[in-house]
Amino acid sequence: MIMITAFAHSLPGLLAQLQASVPPPGADYMRILPELVLSIFGMLVMVVDPLLDEESSHQALGTIALIGTLAALASTFWMAQYPGTAFWNMVRVEGFSVYFHFLVIAIAAVVILSSYEYLAVQRIRAGEYYGLILFGTVGMCLMSSAIELVLIFIALEISSISTYVLAGFRRRDASSSESSLKYFLLGSFATAFFLYGVALMFGATGSTNIDAISQVLRSGNVPVLAYVATALMFVGLGFKVASAPFHVWTPDVYEGAPAPVVGLMSTGPKAAAFAVLLRVMFEANAPGRFWLIWVSAALSMTLGNLCALVQDNVKRLLAYSSIAHAGYLLVAFAAQPALGASAAMFYTAAYAAMNVGAFAVVSHFANAGEKYVTLEDYAGLGRRSPVLAATFTFFLMSLIGIPITGGFFAKFYVLSAALKSNLVGLAIILVLNSAVGAYYYLRIIVMMYMREPRGEVPVTPVPAAAGLAIAVCVLLTLYLGVLPGRVLDYASQSARQLVSDTVAPTAASGFPATEP
Amino acid sequence: MNVETLSPFILSLVTFIPAGGGLLILLIPRRDRDIKLFALVISLLAFVASLHLPVHLHREIGAFKFEIDKVWITTPNIHYHMGIDGISVWLVVLTTFLTPLCVLISWTSIHERVKEFFILLLILETALIGVFTSLDLFLFYFFWEATLIPMALLIGMYGHGRKVYAAVKFFLFTMIGSMFMLAAIIWLYAKTGSFDFVVIQNAIRSGIVPGFETASLWLFLGFFIAFAVKVPIFPLHTWLPDAHVEAPTAGSVLLAGVLLKMGTYGLLRFDVGLFPAQAHRNAPWVMVLALIGIIYGALVSLVQPNMKKLIAYSSISHLGFVVLGIFSFTTAGLNGAVFVMLAHGVATGGLFMLAGLLYERRHTYEIADFGGLATPMPKYATFFLVTVLASVGLPLLNGFIGEFLVLSGAFQARPIYGILAATGVIWSACYLLWMYQRVFFGKVKHEVNSTLTDLNLREKAALAPIAIAALVMGVAPLVWLSAIDPAVQAALAPFTQLASRMVGQ
Repeated sequence: MIMITAFAHSLPGLLAQLQASVPPPGADYMRILPELVLSIFGMLVMVVDPLLDEESSHQALGTIALIGTLAALASTFWMAQYPGTAFWNMVRVEGFSVYFHFLVIAIAAVVILSSYEYLAVQRIRAGEYYGLILFGTVGMCLMSSAIELVLIFIALEISSISTYVLAGFRRRDASSSESSLKYFLLGSFATAFFLYGVALMFGATGSTNIDAISQVLRSGNVPVLAYVATALMFVGLGFKVASAPFHVWTPDVYEGAPAPVVGLMSTGPKAAAFAVLLRVMFEANAPGRFWLIWVSAALSMTLGNLCALVQDNVKRLLAYSSIAHAGYLLVAFAAQPALGASAAMFYTAAYAAMNVGAFAVVSHFANAGEKYVTLEDYAGLGRRSPVLAATFTFFLMSLIGIPITGGFFAKFYVLSAALKSNLVGLAIILVLNSAVGAYYYLRIIVMMYMREPRGEVPVTPVPAAAGLAIAVCVLLTLYLGVLPGRVLDYASQSARQLVSDTVAPTAASGFPATEP
Repeated sequence: MNVETLSPFILSLVTFIPAGGGLLILLIPRRDRDIKLFALVISLLAFVASLHLPVHLHREIGAFKFEIDKVWITTPNIHYHMGIDGISVWLVVLTTFLTPLCVLISWTSIHERVKEFFILLLILETALIGVFTSLDLFLFYFFWEATLIPMALLIGMYGHGRKVYAAVKFFLFTMIGSMFMLAAIIWLYAKTGSFDFVVIQNAIRSGIVPGFETASLWLFLGFFIAFAVKVPIFPLHTWLPDAHVEAPTAGSVLLAGVLLKMGTYGLLRFDVGLFPAQAHRNAPWVMVLALIGIIYGALVSLVQPNMKKLIAYSSISHLGFVVLGIFSFTTAGLNGAVFVMLAHGVATGGLFMLAGLLYERRHTYEIADFGGLATPMPKYATFFLVTVLASVGLPLLNGFIGEFLVLSGAFQARPIYGILAATGVIWSACYLLWMYQRVFFGKVKHEVNSTLTDLNLREKAALAPIAIAALVMGVAPLVWLSAIDPAVQAALAPFTQLASRMVGQ
């Protein structure tokens, strides 16, 4: 009640501010240029869709969507030239948001490439599919640049609703509808938690702007309400990144959703949600975050890896693996802000490269109706399709964390951030878990190389678009594994900028100097 | 070519010739003969190039030779830093020496997926050489892990019997062990800001690493577990018999000949090199484990009905000598340990090759299936005898020198260790000669065996280098020891200081 009144009190002020201010200057539009470009192309896809018959629409619409993402990538360069805030302090362009813009748009582009063949094989209508991917990407982009909790919430909804629908696109298959509905119900429940947290944070600090919240929380006088708000927001975001104990939806949803969509939603919205988490936890300096994250990270790693050990469906296996990776990533959030933020940023990129690649292989191999997704179907793939098997092995190696892959450096930076912050306990849990994790990825490799192929599983040649998507992922994973320096430098520079005044841990930040 | 102009590149050249050749094989069409020939040429090329190293190695104490140090990644501060000393130089040569023999021995035994086999073999060679040449802990870890995949694939794809089980077990044991090493490496990096072996060593010696006193035991153990799995030290050895028995011959040869030495080399270079005080403090129980390994390995060998398993367990016993020698911290012990590494690589590699040749003919390793083989296969029996005697430690063959030095080192450290270890020598004579007797002497027990063909030219070409090396190393060990000794002295320097400090107290 109190909060609603408080909110109502501040509304007139906000409205007055809006009315008084002149229309936003042109530079403001430059600061959301990628979002604008993506929206325009999204609408273009929807407009062109009815003009084409279903046969020819796959190629044409996919190409429009791809051009849209490439244009958005180009416009991100442009956007980067205009650092600063826009639209009455709701959006901020800085190294951090530019990084995540690149990441999620690139993910969308690769996923679109890997969908060309998939949609045709599964007989899925392309118009809504590509449209939703583009609109979802708008939401993800906005999540990374918004510095106003309400706008973050709206962006989160834009990206979530698109993925709810995308998950149900294999409508001839009951498991896909199950996936969509489950994701939708649990997802809305979780977003409600986030919204509640936003409301409580507003009650505690009197603002929904990250900077203003950060000022109040750093002043040393932290209201109890802020702790509750942090916890509630963490529940909402924890659901989005699939960290334990908010992970139970993941295996079912990943199993039912179309494979390329899983590639998207296990990386894109996840990266965006991690961006929000970085803003809320580090930039806003959320209080009491340490143990929340510690427990969630330890649980995610352990549960994810242990459950993955017994999976026989490759999509479910990768679902549990993504829970485990969310855990590895959360370890970085328990570390010192500047170190942790840069490690987390690098991890999202490396994880995106290898996981989108892995799902691109799975999508190609699944065939009509996603018939071939069990571990047995991969038997002897090394003999029947050496190149596909070799690339899949490479992605799995990266997921294990073997050197010269991006996954290795991702884990490496998280581990070194943890050790530099004296998080010995979490570091040990991480090390033990990576060892457990090696086993189930290895099961797939063993299947592909050391078992005899089964006759009935067909192997079709990889079409150009999917091949290009997989090649891009291989190259990026390799690049991050051999020359991680540039990406990491950029990440740590923008991380420093993000947390410039959180470096010294205060009692209020809830960050103990050493792990008890 | 002028020696000075070659020196900066020679290590990179030796390391990457095999992998480069492996990649070129990708381009060769699937004609098995061409692929085999090409692999042989590449591996011989690597061998010739590696001979440059011992020939031009300056044999003075300290400092690494043929160093190359280039920045690879700036954040974190990772260098492409390679260099060798008198210890690693011979391990590099051992690797390049055994690989061409592996190619020869696989000529007819591998007939499926030939292309992949030789690519994996050559990539494995590069990774193995890299382990011995790296001086940057990160680079070392990279090569260390890189050996894992080709080896596991060689076992899993070309092995026999329970090959998948063996491959996965091998992979997981090593992987889990090395995760602890990685954590220790990252700790060192976090505190010193460098991965460079020499820089870290100096930082530790001058005592400027914060928190080192409390962490050093854990760091020592982190490295130790990774290496102990690889050696393998009792009780972490259970992967070894499985991996050996199921692996293809070439895999077994490299596994016994070189991969196990990665463990002992790591113990010597990194565990002892970086944490001498902890190594000294923990030496008693490590030596006890080594002794258990020597005696347990020998006793288990004695009762093996399977020839390959017998040789595998004998490796555990022999590697126990190496560990014992290293942790005796005496000049003789360390020199002996390094020499045993080389001798064991040659002799046991040879034994696995011989066992593999028999398997090709009879598709079994069971000792009971043979008997009286000396009659149909006299040349084979002769080669086998030489290799067995080398492995047993007959004077004038290579096994003797190393074991003798290790034993004298162990006696200096503590006489009871020497006495117990000496029984291992006797045991090894028992199980190897008894096996030899059952396989070769007497009448031909099974009719099939009387028609077995003797060695052909290719097989003789593969075995002759082993016999010659065993003999030369036994007659002129100083060629090897004169290079090993200065490196060993450098490794021992901290221990003489430790000892004098203790005497001073």
